[in-house]
Amino acid sequence: MLAAAHAAASTDFFLVYLANIIMQVQLNTIHKQFGSLVANDEISVLFEPGRIYGLLGENGAGKSTLMKILSGYQRPDRGEILLGGAPQHFASPRQALAAGVGMLYQEPLDVPVFTVLENYLLGRAAGGESPRQAARALEALAQRYGFDIDPHEHTSELSMGERQQLELLRLLAGGAQVLILDEPTTGISAEQKDILFASMRTLAREEGKTLILVSHKLDEVQELCDYAFVLRKGRLVGGLPLPCPNQQLVSLMFDELAPRPARRQLGQHAPALSLQSVQVHTGRLELEPVSLQLQAGQVLGLAGLEGSGQELLLRACAGLLPLSGGSLLLGGESQPDWNYPLARQHGVAYLAAGRLEEGLVAGLTLTEHMALVSHTHGLLVDWPQNRKLAEQHISTYQVVGQPESYIENLSGGNQQRFLFAMLPQNLKLILMEHPTRGLDIRSTDWIWEQLDQRRAQGTAILFVSADLDEIAARSDQIAVFSGGRLLRSLPAAETSADELGHLIGGAL
Amino acid sequence: MDSTQLIAIFGSILLQSAPLIIAVCGETISERAGVINLSMDGSLLLSALAGFVAALLSGSLLLGFVAAAAVGAVFALIVAFGSLHLRQNQVAIGFVLAMLGDSLSAFLGQSYTRMPGPSVPAWHIPVLKDIPVLGPIFFRQDAVVYFALLLVAVTWWFLFRTRAGLELRSAGERPEAAFTRGVAVRKLRYLYAVLGGALVGIAGAAYSLDVKIGWAEGHTRGMGWIALAIVIFGGWSPVRGALGAVLFGATKALATVLQRSFPQVALVAFNAVPWLLMIVVLLLVSGKLAAPLLARAPATWRRAPAAWRRTLRGLLQAAPPAALGQPLDEQ
Amino acid sequence: MSRLERIWPLLPGLAALLVTTLLLLAMGTSPIDAYGAMWQGAFGTSARVYSVLAFLVPLLLAASGLLLTFKAGLWNIGIEGQIIMGAIAASWVALRVELPAGLQIPMELAAAMAGGALWAALAGLLKTRGGVHEIFGGLALNNLAILFTNYLIAGPWQPPEGGSFRGTQPFGAHALLPLFENSRLSLLSLVLAVLAFAGVALLLTNSHWGLRLKALGQNARSAFLLGVSSDRELLLAMALCGALAGLGGGVRVLSWFDSLRQSISGGIGYLALMVVLLAGFRLALTPLVAFFFSAVLNGSITLQLRTQLHSALGDILTGVLVLLVLLFGNYARVRRAFRRNRSSENG
Repeated sequence: MLAAAHAAASTDFFLVYLANIIMQVQLNTIHKQFGSLVANDEISVLFEPGRIYGLLGENGAGKSTLMKILSGYQRPDRGEILLGGAPQHFASPRQALAAGVGMLYQEPLDVPVFTVLENYLLGRAAGGESPRQAARALEALAQRYGFDIDPHEHTSELSMGERQQLELLRLLAGGAQVLILDEPTTGISAEQKDILFASMRTLAREEGKTLILVSHKLDEVQELCDYAFVLRKGRLVGGLPLPCPNQQLVSLMFDELAPRPARRQLGQHAPALSLQSVQVHTGRLELEPVSLQLQAGQVLGLAGLEGSGQELLLRACAGLLPLSGGSLLLGGESQPDWNYPLARQHGVAYLAAGRLEEGLVAGLTLTEHMALVSHTHGLLVDWPQNRKLAEQHISTYQVVGQPESYIENLSGGNQQRFLFAMLPQNLKLILMEHPTRGLDIRSTDWIWEQLDQRRAQGTAILFVSADLDEIAARSDQIAVFSGGRLLRSLPAAETSADELGHLIGGAL
Repeated sequence: MDSTQLIAIFGSILLQSAPLIIAVCGETISERAGVINLSMDGSLLLSALAGFVAALLSGSLLLGFVAAAAVGAVFALIVAFGSLHLRQNQVAIGFVLAMLGDSLSAFLGQSYTRMPGPSVPAWHIPVLKDIPVLGPIFFRQDAVVYFALLLVAVTWWFLFRTRAGLELRSAGERPEAAFTRGVAVRKLRYLYAVLGGALVGIAGAAYSLDVKIGWAEGHTRGMGWIALAIVIFGGWSPVRGALGAVLFGATKALATVLQRSFPQVALVAFNAVPWLLMIVVLLLVSGKLAAPLLARAPATWRRAPAAWRRTLRGLLQAAPPAALGQPLDEQ
Repeated sequence: MSRLERIWPLLPGLAALLVTTLLLLAMGTSPIDAYGAMWQGAFGTSARVYSVLAFLVPLLLAASGLLLTFKAGLWNIGIEGQIIMGAIAASWVALRVELPAGLQIPMELAAAMAGGALWAALAGLLKTRGGVHEIFGGLALNNLAILFTNYLIAGPWQPPEGGSFRGTQPFGAHALLPLFENSRLSLLSLVLAVLAFAGVALLLTNSHWGLRLKALGQNARSAFLLGVSSDRELLLAMALCGALAGLGGGVRVLSWFDSLRQSISGGIGYLALMVVLLAGFRLALTPLVAFFFSAVLNGSITLQLRTQLHSALGDILTGVLVLLVLLFGNYARVRRAFRRNRSSENG
């Protein structure tokens, strides 16, 4: 197998051909269960070399589990993996890579404090090459796929897309014949996406490698892949050669889909939030002066690559970061000493992306959460009262759980519902980071319904999302950020997700 | 005070600091791999006793150091086993071991208190010892000092210039990434925690056989905690850590000198210096104090090249290994 | 439930006894005699039982305070220094302030609580404002408190008859806590310790503040976002713990001793940490474990007087016990760990 891997790196046609035959990937009746949840239910698929596959499905359909099994990160309960007809038992990702299967994770699994070269070297067989030689080999490899990488740069200074390129090179240098890419276009620029797709085509067409793209973005899969497998609720529900009508894929991926209700315009011409030349500085990024207006009942979506400054602005509005310049007005009133406790007092709520990291307290029950946020004065907690309150919220917000359940035992969607349940009434402003990241379509729609009800009461909403569809569909006004600058602010009606993508990408 | 005196003082500072340097290197290795060994104060005490007794009974200094290293290694092994295998709190286990080492050394050392015993002989290095200034400071010492200095260089080289060091650091920084690349994270953490513990043990013997010869109850009490603070001050680098250790040694020497010059000042004031220094130093390196200062830095400075800013920030503060003290689930 | 599982909680105790037995044998002492002497030392006469209770008072006070700081996720290792500062503050009132009879002792106890609270708040401020971990800030403050005691004893508070390094002159009788039947036990202090523990228990199980501490201890960032003012609550937890520890220190100088001594705490703070660790942070177990510790340590002091064996034997017994319970106390966890390791070796 290793010999095959080395041979493929050469351009010798015959050896490449031989390697292709060997690297056919077959998954037979793969079964994996976590507790009572069946993540993979007897899945059998075949991946041929030289082709690019799309693996589609909703959140929680079992895509990631299946790919983690193929790449040696998890072991199946039942079923077998065959490479070129030979059964494999991967005990670790390293073994899988040695056999020729490499996976690129959504969040690159590298060591941020290391240099690029150190990350490249980590886990490579020593083989007597000096660091200097390795650096040269890395640069040569990068050049071949059109990547621009400095081996001596610190990895933490790289963009998401560059870290991905580094991981890809590392896997290729390690002899990967089968490459799995898990949602690789999340958080990278349009330009980097084009480079990535070009390199994927080269790898498949010219070098005969097998590529598997795990994604929920139909457009990307249509653009790049030859064939798509669709998973739903842990089962393989079909495979289609591409391109094909989107509707066919959608009907495989989802059961019946209620049409999304038309958006109501709810701008009330009462100022909710007004930012005047607001500046924010952190050690990493400086946000140049931003001026924005938000009316009561309006939704303002902040678009941009991760780390472009929109998150800083959101946190500054929440009082979690100090303004280093400009002024912030809430409901027309200037707030010179803005901070988070003050923001809460003024009816501003902030929901962070990491629910269990920033928002909920693992180890506390739902009742305890209610007691924690209830503003009754007095020393002692009225437990029966808070339990009743928790019960009410559970039924109103359709949370699957009990008052005595520990919050960390709820699913992500239910945690998000409970966070909404804990929000006070009559808020002036809700600030959200990635409000529906990791949620299925039903929870997503439910969340935005809740937000619409709040808007009807005059609550303004400011949110950051990496999902451009979400930004385009849910916002009244959109602000596009790039490199610490507000690039443009435009009405949502005048743009689309595609156009936003070009805006973000073109800025680079 | 003339220059000969000054040189003698520098030489003695180096000698006084040698055990701290060794202990700091050991703990740095362990923490770089992701294991906090908080037991250091207890294991220094018990290994100081073990080293002294073993050397006394066997007549072999080497055996003394070996016995001390074994004690330190066993303490580290317990911390590693408890946290890596049984997934218990490293801090709690380390703390209990620190207490236990102290009481074990008090109990077992009772009959060896203030006994004359063997000590590491001076060993002046030919030629080098005659270099002006540097010779008397660095090369008219003994094997313990040379070992400490060599250890700093070797540890630095190992951590930052070898593949094995790369793997060690990856286990402490991002174990899940290391695991996917085939690094045996848990095995490495065991290995380096025990190796670091053995060095702490050697540091203990360096006290009882060289720097503070002999045994008495509470012989090195407090030095383990100071060493832990120096690891933080040193930003988890052996070189900076060694400088920190020398700084602490210097304050002690300075206190002795000052006390001779100002006998009217109470002794306690000088004894308080290392602990006050510990607080001041930790205040300096903690991000909390440095960050607002950096934020208020003049705008011109903020526009300085990124590389300069990084270096300056790096001098003031240093981040611990990202996965320090965290377990890794290998499935 | 297997048989092994049923006897499991007893095993650490047996193992700890085995360790000390081996140590005794190695020292050439008969274990039976030694344990007998320890039992006698703790429970042999009613005076000795009072002594165990008298030692228990500061230990229970400190352990109760630590339940608060541990709940908030803090390692208040500086509790030793807080006990010492409490003792110093109480001594200051006893030596230097002349008050009417009914006020003297309450003022001394109040000063003790203030002294402990102040020292704890200092460690708390170093953490919240300065970013110094409470373990290191606390250790430095412990040593500074010890040095401060030494300075006072050797300097300003030196007895008139001159240079004793061991302690100040004894306080006047009116400044000391009334003792029970010629023992070192003050019933008032015992009542205060029990009340303090009950108060802490109520705060932790049923108060909004206790819930906020729990949230902070579990996830400080989320707690802050949910409106808990983390710095204020942490400081309050530290100060309250320090106040209880300081009260314990005050009780030490006002009843156990009659003056400020060099090792006025003698490690009670560290012992209290061990108590709470052995109790597994559980409320109900804490006083029982504290009593057990007090009995073992009083017993081992008698042992030292009788056999010349170092009293650290008691610390070794409790230390090994805490270590083993920490490592292996939870049967299910141990079994899971070993099962997991076996499967990953085979797989």
